[in-house]
Amino acid sequence: MSTHSTSEHSKSPLTTYFAVWAALLLGTWLTYQASLLDLGRYNSAVALIIATTKALLVALFFMHLKGASEKLLKLVVVSTLFFLILLMALAMFDYGTRWFS
Amino acid sequence: MATGNIPPVEREDYLNKHYGVGSWLFTTDHKRIALLYLISITFFFFIGGFFALLIRLELLTPASDLVQADTYNKFFTQHGMVMVFFFLIPSIPATLGNFLVPMMIGAKDLAFPKINLLSWYLYIIGGIMMLHCMVTGGVDTGWTFYTPFSTAFTNTKIVEAGLAIFIAGFSSILTGLNFVVTIHRMRAPGMTWTRLPLFIWAHYATSIIQILGTPVVAITIVLVAAERALHLGIFDPKLGGDPLLFQHLFWFYSHPAVYIMILPSMGVVSEIISCFSRKRIFGYSFVALSSISIAVFGFLVWAHHMFVAGMSVYAALIFSLLSYSVAVPSAVKVFNWTATLYKGSIHYDAPMLYAFGFLGLFTIGGLTGLFLAALGIDVHVTDTYFVVAHFHYIMVGGALMGYLGGMHFWWPKISGRLYPEGWARLAALIVFIGFNLTFFPQFILGYLGMPRRYADYSHMPEFQILNVFSTAGATVLGVGYLLPMVYFLWSMRYGKPASDNPWNAAGLEWQTQSPPTTFNFPEEPVVTWEAYNYDEIDKGQKEVPQVVG
Amino acid sequence: MAAHTESHNPALLHHFATEEQQRNSASFGMWIFLATEVMFFGGLFCAYLIYRRWYFGDFAAASTSINAKLGGANTAVLICSSLTVVLAIWAAQTSRRALLIGMLILTMLFGLTFLGIKGIEYADKFHEHHVPGASFSFDHEEIPGNPGHYANPNHAQIFFALYFIMTGLHALHMVIGLGIFTWLLWAAWKGRFTPEYHTPLEIGGLYWHFVDIVWIYLFPLLYLIDRHT
Repeated sequence: MSTHSTSEHSKSPLTTYFAVWAALLLGTWLTYQASLLDLGRYNSAVALIIATTKALLVALFFMHLKGASEKLLKLVVVSTLFFLILLMALAMFDYGTRWFS
Repeated sequence: MATGNIPPVEREDYLNKHYGVGSWLFTTDHKRIALLYLISITFFFFIGGFFALLIRLELLTPASDLVQADTYNKFFTQHGMVMVFFFLIPSIPATLGNFLVPMMIGAKDLAFPKINLLSWYLYIIGGIMMLHCMVTGGVDTGWTFYTPFSTAFTNTKIVEAGLAIFIAGFSSILTGLNFVVTIHRMRAPGMTWTRLPLFIWAHYATSIIQILGTPVVAITIVLVAAERALHLGIFDPKLGGDPLLFQHLFWFYSHPAVYIMILPSMGVVSEIISCFSRKRIFGYSFVALSSISIAVFGFLVWAHHMFVAGMSVYAALIFSLLSYSVAVPSAVKVFNWTATLYKGSIHYDAPMLYAFGFLGLFTIGGLTGLFLAALGIDVHVTDTYFVVAHFHYIMVGGALMGYLGGMHFWWPKISGRLYPEGWARLAALIVFIGFNLTFFPQFILGYLGMPRRYADYSHMPEFQILNVFSTAGATVLGVGYLLPMVYFLWSMRYGKPASDNPWNAAGLEWQTQSPPTTFNFPEEPVVTWEAYNYDEIDKGQKEVPQVVG
Repeated sequence: MAAHTESHNPALLHHFATEEQQRNSASFGMWIFLATEVMFFGGLFCAYLIYRRWYFGDFAAASTSINAKLGGANTAVLICSSLTVVLAIWAAQTSRRALLIGMLILTMLFGLTFLGIKGIEYADKFHEHHVPGASFSFDHEEIPGNPGHYANPNHAQIFFALYFIMTGLHALHMVIGLGIFTWLLWAAWKGRFTPEYHTPLEIGGLYWHFVDIVWIYLFPLLYLIDRHT
């Protein structure tokens, strides 16, 4: 991970960093533009998908999750998100089905 | 069975290495921090117990004649808050866990010793805040501080109590974080995951819950405080808020919290049953994985506390089904422990008596949980003494018994002294009898319809006799709890000095001196044997394999 | 003890066997701490999503009254600050002390810019009486896409409550991040970081990126509910 000298990479990490940075700015602009379009119920989905992509870029490349030698860190991230989504999904299930029948 | 020794020449150990208050208050030695916690949580246990005594005194008579209802509300609230947040949640992890986790894996200390000390200070700050809150007016909402009563109607010190719990919650999170990193990163060579004591697996699972669950109750407390201060409407139906949102967020933590309270105790029971049956735990991998399963499944069931609160009935159905599933890994443990006893060479020392108590009482508590998970039954017994009995069987009959068993089992290691076995067995018996006399009548009371959190039950005077039994039992139970306090303290001065491994037990912690040195092992151990290798240990009284430096 | 026969980096703490173990532990510890932060913010996101679904129109009306351009600018600011953080770490890895210090300063400047813009937003809300509490008012605001229908002020107040709590908590984390980076800047100035040892930079960076990720979600969820009508 951090002890790798950069000469061991075939390309400098700088290129990756700047590419991710540009992608993140582009994503921000896209999010804003998409919100100006009327996509009905898909507005939220599009916004969340773009946000998730941006978050993944930050996590994988800026936080070095992609190069992590063990699966452990990825497991931590996935498990945390799993439980968070669980909270939201099961709570929403209550709210979504309260006034049936 | 415990073996003593000719008193050794005074060896250097973690207790006598440095003297002075500063060497304790600024220590980073996990064993000293464990003792700091031990003193603190014992103190809070007796505070919580004091409130329990007041509750039981009031309930001796049907009328609310000892105190007014508002005051009684404060009694059960504070009993709950102190016992849950300042006793049960830290109990085993902060004391036995802190002491033993590094030793059991062959490490010199936890991964972050200073954060460990910070954990204790946060606990103390939270505790002092809670004490201050209680003596300056207290809280009367129940430990569950449901909205909108807690946010819009009560005049009691919600924000202060909430802040105290918030701070103590950070203590819990940091302990969990420390354990997970330690268990992953600091195992000695040869200590593979499948050679870990089940105590470690249990604490690992507990730590996962502490890490993932506690922050949610923390933010809930923030929301309650904000709502109280600014009348935001988040939980206020008059302003469009939903009181049930509070309950969802609160119970998302507080249900897994009960697994924080019971899992470490289960870890202790595995260690004790194995040692005092002289057998490897039956189905080791099932027991290990069941700890992880309990941690995971425990997050799926929270709304079973909300069946009659106004939630969607479809959601109630799902949560009921999920609640049945969470019983399975617990049952796996009980079956495996029982199978361990079969054809074991059983020794009835005090730790084992507590473990037996755990087996029976936890089973009863767990089975009654299934009753409560059934929607049809829950409608009738929710918010009655049936629920109170259910969770006390698990928390007191289960978790606390495991804690006491563990304290007895590892006392020689912690203090270098043996406790008096006769008195310990007597105390275990008194605890068992007192416990059942206190809480079994409560199952009946709840089933017959006595509501919980009522100071006055004079419209149901027929409940008095069972309440009197319960209070009598509580007195006996109190004696049972005081006895170990007395003889443990006595043993520190007058107890027989303990050998390094008085129980001839398996586990790395027994392979170093009693009490241990500051850095635990003279040289880093290299593990080449499986966990619970009692067959090897007992074969011709062969010595426990020595650590290879 | 055996470990003392070899000399070791003074940065190696006593209870660790190797520097790699120490570094891995520090990194892992920070990731777990970030997991707790995800759950901490997550509770707020959960509350927000529930009420947004319930009171979509009212929330949309409230959302249009907060400044999406400022919010967008802040998103760009944080993204730039994340870049300067990774560049700072790269500088440490390649022994470029001047660049390291420069990037750390730049990161902090971006952070301060973020807080400044936030301050402007909050001031605007204060002047418009959109801060929940006694002086809150949100009368006669049309629901986007539903002319003639006006938002329920109580429901709008819930939006603003969550807006202030979520962005406020985020800003608090930003302030803490600035504190951490002040220390990192001081340590970098003192020459404490080398290609072999710059763990505090890495874990400080992880924290900073997390704060960025929270904002990446806050921006569309709070500011862009319904901007197309």
